[in-house]
Amino acid sequence: MISVADGITGPPLAGAPEAVLRDVAPAAAGAVPVMSVAVVNERELRLDLFRGLALWLIFIDHLPPNVLTWLTLRNYGFSDATEIFIFISGYTAAFVYGRAMREAGFVIATARILRRVWQIYVAHVFLFTIFLAEISYVATSFDNPLYSEEMGILDFLKQPDITIVQALLLRFRPVNMDVLPLYIVLMMFLPFILWLMKWRTDVTLGLSVLLYAVTWQYDLYLSAYPNGVWAFNPFAWQLLFVFGAWCAQGGAKRMSRLLASPITLWISLAYLIAAFCVTLTWYLPQLSFLMPRWLEQWMYPIDKTDLDVLRFAHFLALAAVTVRFLPKDWRGLKSPWLRPLILCGQHSLEIFCLGVFLAFAGHFILAETPGGAGLHAVVTLTGIVIMSGAAWLFSWYKHSADKSASRTKGTIGNADMAGGSL
Amino acid sequence: MRAGLRAVSVAILLAFLGLNVLAGLLTAVPARAQETSKETSKDASPDASQAAPQNAPQDTPATTPQSCDVPDYLLSSESSLTKVADAVKSGHPLDILVVGSRSSTIPSLESAAYPARLQAMLKEKLPSVTVNVSVELQSKKTSEEVAAGFAKLMEDKKPTLVIWQTGTVDAMRSIDPDDFRTAVDDGVAAMQKAGTDVILMNLQYSPRTESMISAPPYLDNLRVVAQQYDVPLFDRFGIMHQWNDSGDFDFFSASHGLELVKRVHDCLGRALSKFVIDAAHLAPAQQN
Repeated sequence: MISVADGITGPPLAGAPEAVLRDVAPAAAGAVPVMSVAVVNERELRLDLFRGLALWLIFIDHLPPNVLTWLTLRNYGFSDATEIFIFISGYTAAFVYGRAMREAGFVIATARILRRVWQIYVAHVFLFTIFLAEISYVATSFDNPLYSEEMGILDFLKQPDITIVQALLLRFRPVNMDVLPLYIVLMMFLPFILWLMKWRTDVTLGLSVLLYAVTWQYDLYLSAYPNGVWAFNPFAWQLLFVFGAWCAQGGAKRMSRLLASPITLWISLAYLIAAFCVTLTWYLPQLSFLMPRWLEQWMYPIDKTDLDVLRFAHFLALAAVTVRFLPKDWRGLKSPWLRPLILCGQHSLEIFCLGVFLAFAGHFILAETPGGAGLHAVVTLTGIVIMSGAAWLFSWYKHSADKSASRTKGTIGNADMAGGSL
Repeated sequence: MRAGLRAVSVAILLAFLGLNVLAGLLTAVPARAQETSKETSKDASPDASQAAPQNAPQDTPATTPQSCDVPDYLLSSESSLTKVADAVKSGHPLDILVVGSRSSTIPSLESAAYPARLQAMLKEKLPSVTVNVSVELQSKKTSEEVAAGFAKLMEDKKPTLVIWQTGTVDAMRSIDPDDFRTAVDDGVAAMQKAGTDVILMNLQYSPRTESMISAPPYLDNLRVVAQQYDVPLFDRFGIMHQWNDSGDFDFFSASHGLELVKRVHDCLGRALSKFVIDAAHLAPAQQN
């Protein structure tokens, strides 16, 4: 915890958020002991629930703005579903593979992680082919002189050889496909992170914070093709991932007291409300005159690429409050109404890919049919129903269809499906 | 792990088929509706292509002719154009230079693009003032490349006001947003040093390319620079977004003729003229 607070002082942003961070970080972390203390074999449904929620929100945010967009997190604060997704991914990955590392050793755990990386990579390439299809369609059918300049973005289609190779190298990434490459890079380093954590959990987190600070100070980045940078800078976003891993490794256990403290709660709530008020001025520009100019100059732009401290703090505050009011044994977690969300969260990679695909399909439908707001909502809801249905299908496969075959394997599950089937 | 990507692909295929059927059903009806509306508009509109829009993009044939009003909050600015105000008060000519990329023009129809419309409307609203609007197209150049030429450009043209439309090329090339901000910083500083007023104009709202061009970082950074240098920002993106939401325009559908482009530019020119007059605090009394 000391390392969190100290490390965060590195970046030049001083003042309020720092204080918030210092108190909130342990709080969010404190969430976790309850989780990791839990019976080892029982799934932590809250993680599934919120990952499922993150997947739905990512899907909605990838569609053109419509009525349902107002339900998504990013309209009410600085952070959005991506933070939740990366944090929970870090948590679950460290939880699962950390155990593998303790029980089966570094080599075996690394091998399993790399297999997972391969699965994500294949999924990314699969999505890219769909993206190419969508783009090629737009290129041939969309003819609006108003956008003759913007359509120049499609010039890369003239060089498919280079584009495809660059996509395979993860350097060419369309806008909505940024999360998987980030996930791949983070998972690649997971063996190293876990190995470090086995040695000193807190030092690992400290190093992560240090890397984050260095990234801000010296502007580290990964370049993209044909030019520009990765939309999610892995050097910065690793902080959330490592933080999740750190929580899963029980480092959080020591902080449950801070989480329970009312001070933490009030600071988190105050920050969330402040962030909400600020966000309100983005969507209701009529109110923007209420924003003090000095605050705007100090605060903007809130950088998503490099995971702005304000965003990170917002996520922590959100986590602290959530954990406080949603106990692990909350009965609602078993309710059939939340079942679709939890199922989606349990099959996150597949559902994420499906979500990106459905967002493409949704774009296509909305472009072809001048249906207005009603159709927008229908497309969004249909997408969510399809995602839930698919998640249900996957868990049916897992629990019924594959039961006899994969009895022997534990949580880390069947190896055979990764490369071969696609 | 888990059920397998094999299942994913099957599910996706099914989903795709389902959506295709759905899309097919949905396209059939409105497409026909649009055809009829096009026919009627052809009959009805051999006259001048002024404010009354004929080619209704929506499928509802009964809609009243759309306006392109812009809510006040999208046209208000805390920053002011003092040089413009001085020029108008002292009876000097108002030389406006639009620096922009391809979206600042209509190929082969220069006279219908928003700079020309801006000139026409300013002349109309400020009859006692000589207004010259010239355009300096910098297509395919990033803000950094454009900003580098400002010192010389200001010296050659000596404009009263520069309207710098930028961000599109940077967004398309996904230039590092920090570098973009620095470039716009430098550009605005250079122009202010040369003694002209500046208006920044951001990207077009382009829903169809949203999955390829990520506009938000560039919009945010333009806003930041505008604030920093106390320069008015003409929120083209916000305004077009508002038109799309309110149904004045449909920027989503696949094909449109030149008519839509002309209308959009006409509306942009109108909004821009109001923006300039407001930001220069040219009260109605001074306009005559």
